[in-house]
Amino acid sequence: MTDVLAVTEHRRGSLRDVSFEIVTAGRKLADAQGGDLHLAVIGGDVESFADELNVEGVDTIHTVADGEEFNHDVYTQVVEQLYADVAPTTLLLPNSVNGLDYAPAVAERLDVPIVTDAVGFDHDGTLEVTREMYASKVATTVEVDADEAVVTIRPSEFAKAEGEGSADVQSFDADVDESAVRSTVTGFEEVGGGDVDISEADVLVSVGRGIEEEENIELVEALAETLGATLSSSRPIVDAGWLPKNRQVGQSGKVVTPKVYLAIGISGAVQHVAGMKGSETIVAINTDPNAPINDLADYAIHDDLFDVVPALIEEFGGESPL
Amino acid sequence: MKILVTVKEVAEAEDDFEIDGLDIDERYLEYDLNEWDDYAVEEAVTIAEDGDDVEVVSVTIGPERAEETVRMALAKGVDRAIRVWDDDLESADMLDVGTKADILAAVVEEEDPDLVFSGVQANDDGFGATGVALAEVVDMEWGAVVNDLDLDAEGGVAHVHRELEGGVEELTDIELPAVLTIQTGINEPRYASLRGIRQAQRKPLDVQGLGDLGLDASVLESAVSRTAMFEPESESDVTVFEGGAEEEAGQLADLLRDKGVVEG
Repeated sequence: MTDVLAVTEHRRGSLRDVSFEIVTAGRKLADAQGGDLHLAVIGGDVESFADELNVEGVDTIHTVADGEEFNHDVYTQVVEQLYADVAPTTLLLPNSVNGLDYAPAVAERLDVPIVTDAVGFDHDGTLEVTREMYASKVATTVEVDADEAVVTIRPSEFAKAEGEGSADVQSFDADVDESAVRSTVTGFEEVGGGDVDISEADVLVSVGRGIEEEENIELVEALAETLGATLSSSRPIVDAGWLPKNRQVGQSGKVVTPKVYLAIGISGAVQHVAGMKGSETIVAINTDPNAPINDLADYAIHDDLFDVVPALIEEFGGESPL
Repeated sequence: MKILVTVKEVAEAEDDFEIDGLDIDERYLEYDLNEWDDYAVEEAVTIAEDGDDVEVVSVTIGPERAEETVRMALAKGVDRAIRVWDDDLESADMLDVGTKADILAAVVEEEDPDLVFSGVQANDDGFGATGVALAEVVDMEWGAVVNDLDLDAEGGVAHVHRELEGGVEELTDIELPAVLTIQTGINEPRYASLRGIRQAQRKPLDVQGLGDLGLDASVLESAVSRTAMFEPESESDVTVFEGGAEEEAGQLADLLRDKGVVEG
């Protein structure tokens, strides 16, 4: 019993990237344990999903044709049953919004310990998971002293698996108790529409928590205007209602890839980084030289934004409002 | 109706810090109410204000120091609070997801709430798993990462939006009783008023040990343990502009012009 069972994720007819990332993670772990990698795809057009998922490194793909979209009550039951059938050592699930909507329940039901948001792991007799703490300021090693474990992997952390595979595709008949399905997905809603599409911009002036007060937003607005750039932001600014949702860069907002991304007062939380790491040139203005944004930035100024931004506006012939 | 809100006092690391063994040195940590829990408290208190006969109870697992955080929740409108702690918890290394869920489950069984709110995750360890694990233990329905809630208490259903990735929200109907994990941005958390802070001093805050909840130290047994903490190796090859704001702005301006950014 040294196999890995990994569950993929899809939404509205498409497999999500994390489904291919989990193959890379799962293969690595299966090799370390000396076992096979089993992949599961649940709901939707499982046959065509299985074709797509048949990439290098996958040994078996289990298709489970229950439902169309994700429903945590269905997934919890199906994964529990598939786990009993495959009998793996490690169950790998995505640390996505939907992954976190069923992984802890599955772990409880199986009575197996869970470690979430893994960015790496090792298996040398004992499973060791690397995960971050304190808003990515530190990394930790977490040891799981048990025969079995549920681990969720951070999206965009592992490379997507590619190459033609030769997996054995098997259909799995799950016995879903409908009376235990006590939630119903009634639809989806796109948010953050409107007049501005930040993903189209060449230059983004992006503002974060470091701006401190709502009235200071006009400072970065003035900079954006002076540079002919578009204004975007990190999550806290939108949560606070200082800028509309369509300005939000990150996991739950927009993914942007501008030529220049000017991160002002943004620490670089992982959810934000997921939305801007593809930018061509990243400049960070942040007082904290240890902020995670510095790992990503090409250029940085470790100084007070309230001094630097007005000076920058003046460099370009504009007038600072503060 | 009764709403139970789980709150956690979390540690935040200062910009410059040192690691001491398996954690950041205490001198560099500041404690505060977990950001997500602040939104969970606000959501519960708003429902209580808008409805008749709604009681809001908060529960935390934490040492005496955490009472400051709990009082803050009381000052914002929570009616009473429970703090779970005893010598066994004090000497435990790390509370894993299963342990926290089991302890909170004992409180849920005692309180029998219609709704449980927890934050999506905690700022410090960011496991993001306790709420959903708790729902499973107490056999409640649940919803994770809720950023909009329309409660139909009479119909026994919560109409929620779950914030998925990429600017998409999932609309879901969840049967009550349920555990909802609350996302930031769902509301605008209030500041505690002076009056609220004064009233909070008189509100009940019960301290319960594992024994009071019908548990014992075996609930703390865990297969999961932290064995190392380190500063991640920086892959950074960042060029840092220095020399004061004027000089730095000048260098940045040169760079931006070089990249084709001109006066708008």
